Amino acid sequence: MEKVAIIGVGYTKYAQNSPLTFAEMVFEATTKALEDAGITRDEVDNVVSVSSDFWDGRTISSMAISDASGAYGKDITTVEGDGTFGALYGMMRILSGSFGVSIVCAHHKGTESNMNGITNCAFDPLVERKLGLDAVSSAALQARRYMSKYGLLEEQFALVSVKNHGNAKKNPIALLPMDITVEDVMNSRKVADPLKVLDCSPVTDGACTLILAAERQAKKLTTNKKRVWMKGVGHCSDAFRLGDRDLADMRALKKAAKRAYEMAGISDPLKEIDFAEVYDAFSYMEPLWLEGLGICDDGKGCEYLERGWFNADGKFPVNVSGGRLSANPVQSAGLYAMAEAVLQLRGEAGERQLDGVETALVHGINGMCGQSHCVWVLGR
Amino acid sequence: MSDWKDDVEILVHEGKISVPYSWTVGSTLSRFYCELRDNGKIWANRCPSCGTTFVPPKIKCINCYEEPHDWVELPGTGTVETYTVVRYEEPSMHPRKAPFVYGVIKMDGADTGIVHFIGDVDPEQVKVGMRVEAVLEDEREGNILDIRHFRPLA
Ligand SMILES: [Zn+2]
Repeated sequence: MEKVAIIGVGYTKYAQNSPLTFAEMVFEATTKALEDAGITRDEVDNVVSVSSDFWDGRTISSMAISDASGAYGKDITTVEGDGTFGALYGMMRILSGSFGVSIVCAHHKGTESNMNGITNCAFDPLVERKLGLDAVSSAALQARRYMSKYGLLEEQFALVSVKNHGNAKKNPIALLPMDITVEDVMNSRKVADPLKVLDCSPVTDGACTLILAAERQAKKLTTNKKRVWMKGVGHCSDAFRLGDRDLADMRALKKAAKRAYEMAGISDPLKEIDFAEVYDAFSYMEPLWLEGLGICDDGKGCEYLERGWFNADGKFPVNVSGGRLSANPVQSAGLYAMAEAVLQLRGEAGERQLDGVETALVHGINGMCGQSHCVWVLGR
Repeated sequence: MSDWKDDVEILVHEGKISVPYSWTVGSTLSRFYCELRDNGKIWANRCPSCGTTFVPPKIKCINCYEEPHDWVELPGTGTVETYTVVRYEEPSMHPRKAPFVYGVIKMDGADTGIVHFIGDVDPEQVKVGMRVEAVLEDEREGNILDIRHFRPLA
């Protein structure tokens, strides 16, 4: 099968109450990505945008960024979900043979609206929406289920927050670099038990763009150093209603990961992959998803976290960027995670650069409590 | 290039989107809500193929894609599978004032969970595995809030 490479990345610095409109943010991220790839807009013939109408406060919001994303006079199509799914669509459009060099851009201005109100609208208006559920309260239900299924403690989840906010200190674009302790997390304001403020990611603004190209074009347009290959991808979704799932059962993620690993020719992810960016919008999610990703056995994520496996200098570094806990522009979070993996693989991650990394794992989710997952294996 | 930008006063426009909707409830959920409203009963439906019993009822079994056309009345009792004490206020969205408790309740006779409030109890006393029963509103309108909440079984 033909290979697809990421040949350029660009993004805005994470912000709150950014003075830029979302179109200006997309313009900045896309301009930087094209510069990074060393190409012009003329060499692109396909644009995939990732956005959310509710968050943007307008319908068909992708149309509002067509010029900012460089799509004027070209084909543009849209994904509503996490950026990782936009990248999947971008890759599929290239592999279809219909399109060449592609822009995948995602934007999110969380601070312009009310996150609880918007995520409440993700629930069925005929059932759960009337109860007032939102992303935070449903995550809390999942966190409690995960704790009671495996006998886990809030202090163990707090350790994820300590680790990732600490990692953020080496990321110049992170929103919340912090030296904190487990006690700080435990003593932070209770939001929805067992979640405290420091277990939750901050409302964030940010746009990120990737430039994708098929192998032949990638080799023509860029140097070897710039190219990072999309080696494997898998995606899978679970039931919509929270009550139709066991919230601590990772069946959808396990399928997605298996497909991604098979495509990338990986049989032992822990040995064959060097590091991961995992969707940690809430602290408990990191160990839970790592179990689903097959990095550790079910119920063992927190134990290995405590042993330091997932530290920046550990056996399997996770969220060296500071993760979503340090900045979470929801729609674009997954593309930022892919961009971070690209920088690491190119050896351009500055102070947080990991030694000798060849293969990365990136994970994004869509829907409440990880209803849907997208898993990427990227490599040199 | 960005010099002039540093001196601009950035304006912010306040706005609100309000668009009315009339969502049809469909035959499956309408039957569920009519039973709740008119007879004060909680009904579930069961997949003839795998036997999974859904509450609230489903149009299709999520496992086999079969129509779960067997209807069963539930006794109204169940067990708390997970819960959270919500501590923040969202007055336009929350039907009650914080702190309040959401739970996923595995109702007796059903295989799926139902998300709802847990009430008539000190939030700090709620536990996973707690036995609860549904409390219905006296005046019912045919929606999920016809169940007021689930309370600990005496
Ligand atoms: Zn079935």
